[in-house]
Amino acid sequence: MTPNSSQHALSLALQKIGIPLLLGLIFLGAWQAFVVVMDLPPYLVPSPVLMVQTLVSDWQPLFLALWVTVKITLLSFALATVVGVCISFLFVQSAILERALFPYAVLLQVTPIVSIAPLIIIWVKDTSLSMILCASLVALFPIISNTTLGLKSVEPNLHSYFLLNRASRWQILVRLRIPSALPYFLGGLRISSGLALIGAVVAEFVAGTGGQGSGLAYQILQAGFQLKIPRMFASLLLISLTGVLLFAMMAWLTRWALGGWHESEIKAE
Amino acid sequence: MSSLSFSTPAVEVLSANKTYANGYQALLPVNLSIQEGEFVTLLGPSGCGKSTLLKMVAGLLEPSDGRILLWRKPVADLQASGKTMSFVFQSPTLMPWADVATNVRLPLDLMGTPKSEAKERVMEALELVGLEKFANALPRALSGGMQMRVSIARGLVTEPDLLLMDEPFGALDEITRHRLDADLLSLWAKKKLTVIFVTHSIHEAVFLSNRVVMMAARPGHIIQEHIIDEPYPRTQEFMVRTEFMRHAQVLQKSLEHASESIN
Repeated sequence: MTPNSSQHALSLALQKIGIPLLLGLIFLGAWQAFVVVMDLPPYLVPSPVLMVQTLVSDWQPLFLALWVTVKITLLSFALATVVGVCISFLFVQSAILERALFPYAVLLQVTPIVSIAPLIIIWVKDTSLSMILCASLVALFPIISNTTLGLKSVEPNLHSYFLLNRASRWQILVRLRIPSALPYFLGGLRISSGLALIGAVVAEFVAGTGGQGSGLAYQILQAGFQLKIPRMFASLLLISLTGVLLFAMMAWLTRWALGGWHESEIKAE
Repeated sequence: MSSLSFSTPAVEVLSANKTYANGYQALLPVNLSIQEGEFVTLLGPSGCGKSTLLKMVAGLLEPSDGRILLWRKPVADLQASGKTMSFVFQSPTLMPWADVATNVRLPLDLMGTPKSEAKERVMEALELVGLEKFANALPRALSGGMQMRVSIARGLVTEPDLLLMDEPFGALDEITRHRLDADLLSLWAKKKLTVIFVTHSIHEAVFLSNRVVMMAARPGHIIQEHIIDEPYPRTQEFMVRTEFMRHAQVLQKSLEHASESIN
């Protein structure tokens, strides 16, 4: 890299981070000014400064709640990934199975999870488990549909080449289908990671667990009942940050796995 | 060609034809016999069924009727007769996620060749095509010509008795193509391969082959076979000789004649 091009890359990175950051700061400043000037009460709209203060002062219960939500999100995300990938493998091995099951996968997807959640909570005694099941159901479909599409998106000539060399089904799956499916699968992971978080929060709203083992959704509900709006905002902030972190991790994973060979991760010269 | 006429036929196409399920006639019944060690080119315009014929020989397509024998056995029993075949596609058809060495090693991996032996043979094949320095490169880091060389190295790594090539250099520039044509001829001489080569370039056909099988379209059929009885090794110099021009003209005329009789 010449000094010129590295300088260029640096200024690009600055733009990529600096511009949105600047916009955010302007927005926060305007919000703060608006609250102060209009003299709005904190139970209606808390100022950003108050929100951060609350985050610090209420850190103990908020952190415990965050940990519960993150745990449920990650467990559901993992469960959805494992189950989704297994279903996709079944789908590409047997066209009949896919034809039989795919409509039901769609049915599951289009049914709002909020409407099934009470049922699951009744059927499954353990609250954590029932919440994990709800969130997994929300996150499952993008993994199934993306991975199935990916496993089928094999270059036809390359597939012919494997057949010419008498490759077994297993060899075709491991050496051809799985690597070909990787970009699609990772795209599915990105969508599902966000959905798992949404599912975890929604499930907790419905389950309405209190006391020990309650997550951020309970904190939001509770703060609402008690008109502790700054605390509600602080909880919201934590949920958003969790979502951003998940997305960033998935983006990093994608770059790590596809960097060098897949079009989506290669910059034009 | 008398020296070849007594040897074993490597490929026998016995009134094989192809009609697709939608009724499209890709190829009328075709008869063709190719001797061991021959370099035969299938030449014709697009739609003449030359790729269809090649894919039937490879076993990628089933003939609708008729038979195809390799070393006097059905295509599916090739392995039992101890012979091997390689297919080189029009595009490099490499795995974009795997480096050059892994791509070339693929047929050996699929056969279950021991790692150390496979590694050695991969390096040999890469040396044959002059790419030993690029063993660890990903395909997309290479030019189109180099990717095609990788594809040929993958075709040669199994030391095939029969090499089938479906317009392998069609997408390359003229200069690269001439060089790869010359390389292919020296490999063929060195390895005593039987080659069936599909092309729509008359010059390429004359330069490479012992025998050119000319084909015409709608529906695909063989119009004529033409023997290029010129000695090997052939170099670039061969392409400006009068004999070369004479052969090219014969092919040109009969291809034109065939397309006139259709239109």
